Amino acid sequence: MSKAWEIVIGIETHVQLSTQAKIFSGSSTTFGAEPNLQADAVDIALPGVLPVLNKGAVECAIRFGLAVGGEIAARSVFARKNYFYPDLPKGYQISQYELPVVSGGRLVIQCGDQEKEIRLTRAHLEEDAGKSLHEQSGHSFVGRSGIDLNRAGTPLLEIVSEPDLSSSAEAVAYARALHALVRWIGICDGNMQEGSFRCDANVSVRPLGQTQLGTRREIKNLNSFRFLQQAIDYEVQWQIGTLEDGGRIEQATVLFDPASGETRSMRSKEDAHDYRYFPDPDLLPLVIDATWIGEVAARLPMLPAARRESLIADYGLSSYDARVLSASLDLANYYEAAVAEAGRPNAKTCANWVMGELAARLNKEDREIGECPLLPEQLGGLIARIGDETLSTNIARQVFDALWSGEANSADEVIERQGLRQISDSGALEQLIDELLAANPTMVAEFRAGKEKALHALVGQAMKASRGKANPQRVKELLRAKLG
Amino acid sequence: MIERSLHEMAQALAGKEISSVELTGLYLERIARHNPLLNAFLTVDAERSLAQARQADERLARGEQTALTGIPIAHKDIFCARDWRTTCGSKMLGNFVSPYDASVIERFQAAGAVLLGKTNMDEFAMGSSNETSFYGPVRNPWDSTCVPGGSSGGSAAAVAARLSPAATGTDTGGSIRQPAALCGLSGMKPTYGVISRYGMIAFASSLDQAGPLARSAADCALLLNTMAGFDERDSTSLDRPPEDYTRELASDGGTQPLRGIRIGLPEEFFAGGCDQEVMQLVEQAIAEYRKLGAETVVLSLPNMRLSVAAYYVIAPAEASSNLARFDGVRYGYRAPEYDDLNEMYSRTRAQGFGAEVKRRILIGTYVLSHGYYDAYYRQAQRIRRLIAQDFAAAFRQCDMIVGPTSPSTAFKLGEKAADPVQMYLSDIYTIAVNLAGLPGLSIPCGFARGLPAGLQLIGNYFSEAKLLNVAHRYQQVTHWHQARPDAFA
Repeated sequence: MSKAWEIVIGIETHVQLSTQAKIFSGSSTTFGAEPNLQADAVDIALPGVLPVLNKGAVECAIRFGLAVGGEIAARSVFARKNYFYPDLPKGYQISQYELPVVSGGRLVIQCGDQEKEIRLTRAHLEEDAGKSLHEQSGHSFVGRSGIDLNRAGTPLLEIVSEPDLSSSAEAVAYARALHALVRWIGICDGNMQEGSFRCDANVSVRPLGQTQLGTRREIKNLNSFRFLQQAIDYEVQWQIGTLEDGGRIEQATVLFDPASGETRSMRSKEDAHDYRYFPDPDLLPLVIDATWIGEVAARLPMLPAARRESLIADYGLSSYDARVLSASLDLANYYEAAVAEAGRPNAKTCANWVMGELAARLNKEDREIGECPLLPEQLGGLIARIGDETLSTNIARQVFDALWSGEANSADEVIERQGLRQISDSGALEQLIDELLAANPTMVAEFRAGKEKALHALVGQAMKASRGKANPQRVKELLRAKLG
Repeated sequence: MIERSLHEMAQALAGKEISSVELTGLYLERIARHNPLLNAFLTVDAERSLAQARQADERLARGEQTALTGIPIAHKDIFCARDWRTTCGSKMLGNFVSPYDASVIERFQAAGAVLLGKTNMDEFAMGSSNETSFYGPVRNPWDSTCVPGGSSGGSAAAVAARLSPAATGTDTGGSIRQPAALCGLSGMKPTYGVISRYGMIAFASSLDQAGPLARSAADCALLLNTMAGFDERDSTSLDRPPEDYTRELASDGGTQPLRGIRIGLPEEFFAGGCDQEVMQLVEQAIAEYRKLGAETVVLSLPNMRLSVAAYYVIAPAEASSNLARFDGVRYGYRAPEYDDLNEMYSRTRAQGFGAEVKRRILIGTYVLSHGYYDAYYRQAQRIRRLIAQDFAAAFRQCDMIVGPTSPSTAFKLGEKAADPVQMYLSDIYTIAVNLAGLPGLSIPCGFARGLPAGLQLIGNYFSEAKLLNVAHRYQQVTHWHQARPDAFA
């Protein structure tokens, strides 16, 4: 049996900020344009061009700093990170080095039933590089590589955690929490396939009880939660295996190959770049005063934790329900808008419908809540009709379908048009029941002989005869009265 | 006509004494005649210039004249000009035709000035003699065996030889003032941030500043009016209300117009190291200033002796990064043969850059390297602050500082080319001004052994108008600025 190992993980995340324009030029950041159509003179680094900071990107950083309780620097500095690569047009990346825009802060993650607070080191603004299109990526550069500079200059916020994570599950929980937060505060679209949210994981292991950190290897560019988990799991096993076989871990940068599920070394510490960071003389220090922070804070939505508390307090939801409904700002807003329509007494029913019927349907059609065809007011209107007993749950599902497919604009419209109103009126029901009793003497006899099942069968008949509209509770009561 | 001031030329154009096409043609002819010797121009495009001149004439005919409408101006080949080849004196950009206009070019175009051509310069503005140009050295019109100074040597030679009424230059460590001194011209480097750097190919971003090269301070003021102004495309551009830099020139101060002006004489400028004859001319100019009513105050800039060392850390550091974009990938020169990416980079840059540029890239890369940054770059930035503090202290005692621009007159071609340190020392009086971001001006103050010498005036931030006025007063009572090299009548 091998000795026990402790896993230490820190994560660096590149979050693409959802600004209209790039961080230092006026080009659009829209994803998916033809190569190099969204690259202007600044992005392709013509001689003589200069960067001009997009204040929108700074506002995103301020939002993040406020959301994680970090310190927003009154003065931070853009620095040049110098290295040569064909998709890096200037031969340097404008980033922040010694003085980042945000320092510290924390993020609470949920791992199973446990909450854990992860400390953040810093968050800094920088520009993205372009992309190299190689032969194998399906382009027509036979024997050559192409350069697409559409992404060059897209604003990034690089968020660095302390090495507070101790398993791949925690790493994923952290990444998920961060992903939810940056979307919640509206600074990132969170589209991982398009590279809007990419993680690097710094992984090391050490014998349990050892205080000194082991040598770390950095897994680059993980753009899905599953890859993050798989890569860390593989890397941890590899490091433990290497050490248990008497080997040493060399500091290195590694890549994860999803096909093989393995990590492999890209460069060792010896070939590590000397980036020759120095303050960018083309940009003035970034000065953020209290007024600016105050303005951004005023526009910041209530944060997830506070929103959860308010859902519990305002609607009497369970902490589980509150957590699910605050998974994203859109979902929480949707829920509250539905309750506003349905009425507060129906809050729990709303929660059940949003988390049940609605979530299942969205999931089935692979849609986000933001793409939901059903407006929260429509759902709330439907739930109001359940609450006042106009609709049974079963009929309500039919109405839901009609609203989903856009056949009608409101539950009331469907109810009117299709005559779905539940029949609770005693007079109407009595007539129905009298006919029923006359037509089913056998069942009547069975019931009178003490067979409770016969009553259920009679209720079923009543529902059938009313095409589901009879209020089953009322029918049962009337049957007992008549047969009693 | 070629001896007239810019203001007089504008009057001649307004009065239909000459058209812009004729004026431009006159200069194009002079360029055709004299440029083969001087090599001051790298690109001349007569057709394009004359087309602009025709447009200027139409503007003049409509009565839409500005101070520079129809006047031909030569631009240092460091300014990107749309559809013009823009080489920066380098093989690296030998085939680069700019798709856009620099802010400075735009402003001259908007004023209706005619782009007369692009002038030779030290490669990427790195040099003090114009000998590092890939396109060959420029010769000094006063003595064709001498250098014109650098890096704006082509602009200076062009104006001195009357191949252009005026020209633009850039000054990172003295590149306007030193060639102005060596060619007998007036040349100004304004306060850092007064003229937009957008479209001006960067050498050392925190030091680079464009400015005018002309025959008189008054002409410089007129050019500065067009060149200066806030530009949101340059984050270091200063957002200040527009100024009329000629506003103090017209005032009549009587016989002692400079009464009340205190001129600071830093010990360090007069402590030896300067050519004796040049120093005598500077002393005479100072005596002239006393006659004009100025007082003189001896003071000290104790950290100035460190300026060359600090400069040769900061400027190469910034340059090593600024020039990284010349990699053969997107534009400019690319080595014809290579086996892989690294070889493409190294051959492109080995073949595309000249020796001085490579030297500075190496120095800059070294001083920014891990483990050396604190000892060099950070230390140099500290010195830079100390130098700025020295000037701030000095300007509490005086209104401006006066001294020599260059320690010598024009030296022989090849004389210092093999000794970079000697070459670097030719900017010993000008570099501190860039490190502090202050405005500086060089005006001619006489001749030593037949070659012009320059007097440097350094002012506090934004004192351009005052500096120009003080220079102008001197030029009203002296005639050095009107001298013309005989061969270029």
